[in-house]
Amino acid sequence: MTCDLSQTRLHAYFDGELDAMGAAEFERHLESCPDCETRLAAEEKLRSALAGAQLYARAPENLRKNLLISLPKAAVPPPLKDPKPSAAESWRWLAIAASVILALLLGTQYMEKLNRHLQQQAMAAVIVDAHLRSLQPGHLEDVISTDQHTVKPWFDGKIDFAPPVRDFANDGFPLVGGRLDVLEGRSAAALVYGRRKHIVNVFVTKTQPGDASDRSGELQGYHWVAWQQNGFTFTAVSDTAYADLDQLKQLFLAP
Amino acid sequence: MPHRDAAYNLARWILRGRAQAEDVTQEAFLRAYRSFGAFQTGNARAWLLQIVRNCCFTWLQQNHVAEEMTEFDEQTMPPKTEDPESLAMATYDRERLQRALEDLPAHFREIIVLRELEGCSYKEIAAITTRPIGTVMSALARARQQLRTLLTEPVPKGASRDL
Repeated sequence: MTCDLSQTRLHAYFDGELDAMGAAEFERHLESCPDCETRLAAEEKLRSALAGAQLYARAPENLRKNLLISLPKAAVPPPLKDPKPSAAESWRWLAIAASVILALLLGTQYMEKLNRHLQQQAMAAVIVDAHLRSLQPGHLEDVISTDQHTVKPWFDGKIDFAPPVRDFANDGFPLVGGRLDVLEGRSAAALVYGRRKHIVNVFVTKTQPGDASDRSGELQGYHWVAWQQNGFTFTAVSDTAYADLDQLKQLFLAP
Repeated sequence: MPHRDAAYNLARWILRGRAQAEDVTQEAFLRAYRSFGAFQTGNARAWLLQIVRNCCFTWLQQNHVAEEMTEFDEQTMPPKTEDPESLAMATYDRERLQRALEDLPAHFREIIVLRELEGCSYKEIAAITTRPIGTVMSALARARQQLRTLLTEPVPKGASRDL
């Protein structure tokens, strides 16, 4: 290995942590540097092996139960209506206490924020469901094309708005196709992008009052990032890294 | 409880055991609850994971776990170069990966888990591990390299830890 370029640059590129200019510069370097190409391939291989090995250890049920018991104990005991509550009722109070603590854990002292969080969780569930559904065989795209000028007109007449369809192949997000979807009863244009070996769904709906702007989250190992732009609400979801989704968002926001 | 899986997964890999991870995750949640006043807004996951990893390292110290606890230091740990032939020899089955990840020093383990399993950005990892972003970057490069080195070594005899 003779390449002088700093190792961290390669990793930052690999992790999608370089800005657009830095990434373009590194890609130019890559064309003439077989060393870096080999290293990058080795990183890809390690990452897909780690992802494929399913090493993520989910919290056991036992821990959830213990937290439900121990966290309310640490809190002020909740007032009970009935002096002799039934076992089921105690559990309900514990659940309520736990949800209050959940709000506290999120750094919010107000139920309003808890509500917003729960709405966000519900939204995350809808998005992740739609993403998973799309990954079932034959569901991913209704129009298969890497050409934005094919995908965009395809939506004409099928949906009551013209979603902005753009290809970001040069930035590492090639357009794969599009399809129609329904999110919480609203029609959505789903744009499908590739990201290395991952699939990214970008759901586009018409922005409605009350739509959360600039949010992001994680559910079951899937990340999602939502933002608003020109009257549309965009929600990108994938099992790829946050940083990747953020980069895609920036690409959409760029003129 | 939000981020319960993230908390448990990080603890499980830093501590290399399920029972310890359960205990320490529970303690971390209690501590997070008691000190929630210190947390105003921002990234709740990073805030919680920072508490979890601090609890884990305290646990490792208190239980005198015999392992390399020294912080990553770029000055004393200069990067080595890898040759392409050894890269090609690495084997990547699940058991090997699990063992190799557990054989990494704790500070490398946490960084691989945060990046590859939890999908944290550099910024988040820096916040969780309270290290400058530059240190995170060089530590990550070194951690990946060492992980690959471990994957090219011959399989040692002995039982694998449970996952």
